[in-house]
Amino acid sequence: MLGYAGKVLYVDLSTGKTRTEKLNEETAKKYIGGIGLGMKLWLANSTAGVDPLSPQNPLVLALGPVSGTMFPTGGNGHAFITKSPATGAVGEAVSHGTFGAELKRAGYDAIILTGKSERLIYLWIDDDSVQLLDASQLAGKSPSETEDAIKDEIGDYYVRVASIGLAGEKLSKIASIINEKTRAAGRTGLGAVLGSKNVKAIAVRGTRDITVAKPEEFMDMVRDFHERMKGPSTQKYRTLGTVENILVNNTMFCMPTRNYSTAHFEDAEKVSGEALNEKYVSKIIACSSCPMRCEHEAVVREGPYKGAMARIEYESLWALGPYTGVNKLDAIIKAAELCNYYGLDAQSTGVTVGFVMDCHEKGILTHDDLGGIDAHFGNADALLQLIEKIGKREGIGNILADGVKAAAAKIGKNSEKLAQHIKGLEVTGYDLRCLKTAALSYAVSFRGADHNRSSAYAVDLKGKVDRLKAEKGRGKLVKDLEDTYALLDSFIVCKNARGTFYKDLQDMAKLYSSVTGIDMSVEELAASAERINTIARLINTREGLTRKDDTLPWKVMNEPIPDDGPVKGAFVTQDELDLMLDDYYLSRGWTPDGVPTTKKLKELGMEEFKSIVEPKEA
Amino acid sequence: MVKIHERKFVSCDPEKCVGCQTCEYACSFNKEEAFNPIKSRIRVVRENQVVNMAVTCRLCEDPACIAACPRDALTQSTETGIITIDKDKCNGCGWCIEACDYGAMMLHPETKTVYTCDLCKDKADGPQCVKWCPEEALTLVTSDVLAQKARISAIKKLFQEKGQP
Repeated sequence: MLGYAGKVLYVDLSTGKTRTEKLNEETAKKYIGGIGLGMKLWLANSTAGVDPLSPQNPLVLALGPVSGTMFPTGGNGHAFITKSPATGAVGEAVSHGTFGAELKRAGYDAIILTGKSERLIYLWIDDDSVQLLDASQLAGKSPSETEDAIKDEIGDYYVRVASIGLAGEKLSKIASIINEKTRAAGRTGLGAVLGSKNVKAIAVRGTRDITVAKPEEFMDMVRDFHERMKGPSTQKYRTLGTVENILVNNTMFCMPTRNYSTAHFEDAEKVSGEALNEKYVSKIIACSSCPMRCEHEAVVREGPYKGAMARIEYESLWALGPYTGVNKLDAIIKAAELCNYYGLDAQSTGVTVGFVMDCHEKGILTHDDLGGIDAHFGNADALLQLIEKIGKREGIGNILADGVKAAAAKIGKNSEKLAQHIKGLEVTGYDLRCLKTAALSYAVSFRGADHNRSSAYAVDLKGKVDRLKAEKGRGKLVKDLEDTYALLDSFIVCKNARGTFYKDLQDMAKLYSSVTGIDMSVEELAASAERINTIARLINTREGLTRKDDTLPWKVMNEPIPDDGPVKGAFVTQDELDLMLDDYYLSRGWTPDGVPTTKKLKELGMEEFKSIVEPKEA
Repeated sequence: MVKIHERKFVSCDPEKCVGCQTCEYACSFNKEEAFNPIKSRIRVVRENQVVNMAVTCRLCEDPACIAACPRDALTQSTETGIITIDKDKCNGCGWCIEACDYGAMMLHPETKTVYTCDLCKDKADGPQCVKWCPEEALTLVTSDVLAQKARISAIKKLFQEKGQP
């Protein structure tokens, strides 16, 4: 069983005790690694109804079988898996960089953190040695400062660090876990879970060799994928980057603007990917083992935000820009830098600021409520001030730091209609009113509003279907995409490289076998993909989520797109959503309430979980 | 006497280097049959997000590593400039590591003797890091060719700025 380290590390933060267990080969093959293995381990180590911010909620850090190898983008990823404090559903996010590869070399496939440390600590994993070290001197520091301080303290500048900022320490439900300064496991409030355990950071040094089962076959694949990475399937990421989407989505009238007031931003040119690259992108850098390199580092060289630096992607640019109505790129870069500084998910933060501005414009939140911040759409100063408040949990920031769902519940006055989220996770940069396959995919996504569980928006945008129509067949489309994406996040390979897998399952099965030496057929891999999506649904079912949670934000279902253009008047009705949900559940072999059946569990070799579904199946 | 056009080494252009570590993986796989950056003869430094550069042996004309070795374990080929380590003589004291201004001399975690870049002299297609570098940031060059390139780009820039053909 090469590729895998063969070991799972358990750390009880309450007692400081650690132990390792062998990774079972059958489990590894069935759940692959990454989010698949992570969800399996989370489910096995938690009890139903666990409070996400309690010591009893395990936080799993999982790697894939290719982590640590030279496989392009495959060597470098890691995934955090837990129960999300934002949604009460599966909380997971994948990040890339070099951290995952280092952890694999330290000899682990997964780490399970349970309990809660008495005081703020950081976990220092030095191959076999695992220590809980005092982090009181790191309290309040940004992830970047934390990383530098830990490297200084340990005296090794190649140590890799993932950490939380002040937002995570203050249990903000939109806090992320950041590694290597600009990479984030951003979504679902994972930073709060690490913070709730009094863990400031995880620092790793791994010195072991990573070897693969079939070196010649593997290196042939690496060579082939290096070529593919230079081809058309990754061109977007290598050139303008994901920020190219600003003008594309704006032209298609599917870019939610000013808290979903419109689907089109009149100042899109000013915040376009083209403008960003021309004026601000200073360097494009790469994660470990990646010949594609896509990380666009933007630097502000002059003006009031001089010196600001952040990695900018479409989602962060959209959320902090068009979604708040802000049309100044330098302020948006500063805002992204502030999100990194406090350890906040830039997407959820931007959407939360957009929500506040909408509340202010509609008179729900007054100038006084906002501590004097002039939170009109488009006010860049207000954007930056609100992020500071959220990061520090000061004033209005104390309410906003838990995201729009929790904020609306506290604010009241019908503000929940302005809170654009699904299951408690803030929306992303695709207007679901005119992208109906995407709307279904967001509704059923196990971690809430999310383009990354399937990128079904591409089916709509590329015109493969009528994007304004809800019809049978969309369920199967979403299911198939979700299955591919579950594998990407379990292997773990980068989603920006998804196009290089010309034959998804064949390529991945061959990669799996050449790395691990474990035979893997296309059929077995397809079953693993389905199993991974099913275990996510099992977790959500166990934690009390049902069909009614597979819904859409209020504006998506009640406020038609107002912009003159090709999609004017579009929105999603409950009937349309119901039709697509029925179709999706049917294609998954689940009950009309979205519960996996015992028959399906048997088919996938998951009978150990039938106690979760039996009472709900009838 | 070594001719000026014979002594090549692996040079990294920081303008092109993206810090992907592909060179480290290629090197350690070629030399050690394993993916392990700490066994790579070339190492990547990400000084900050926008400053990335890979560093390996410069094949210096008067190598400080050789001068620093009290056991005469290090020798330099007069033809290629490649530094060879006599593993029987090396006791891993690390003076050569301290002496090298580039951090290109490293201690092997298992053999506990030092090692450095040998330009993959056993490989017909030359240094594997150069071959694999996806950004073409690494090149096998002589000092003279580096100087030539610098001169050419300086002149190009000057005449572009002056708006002349």
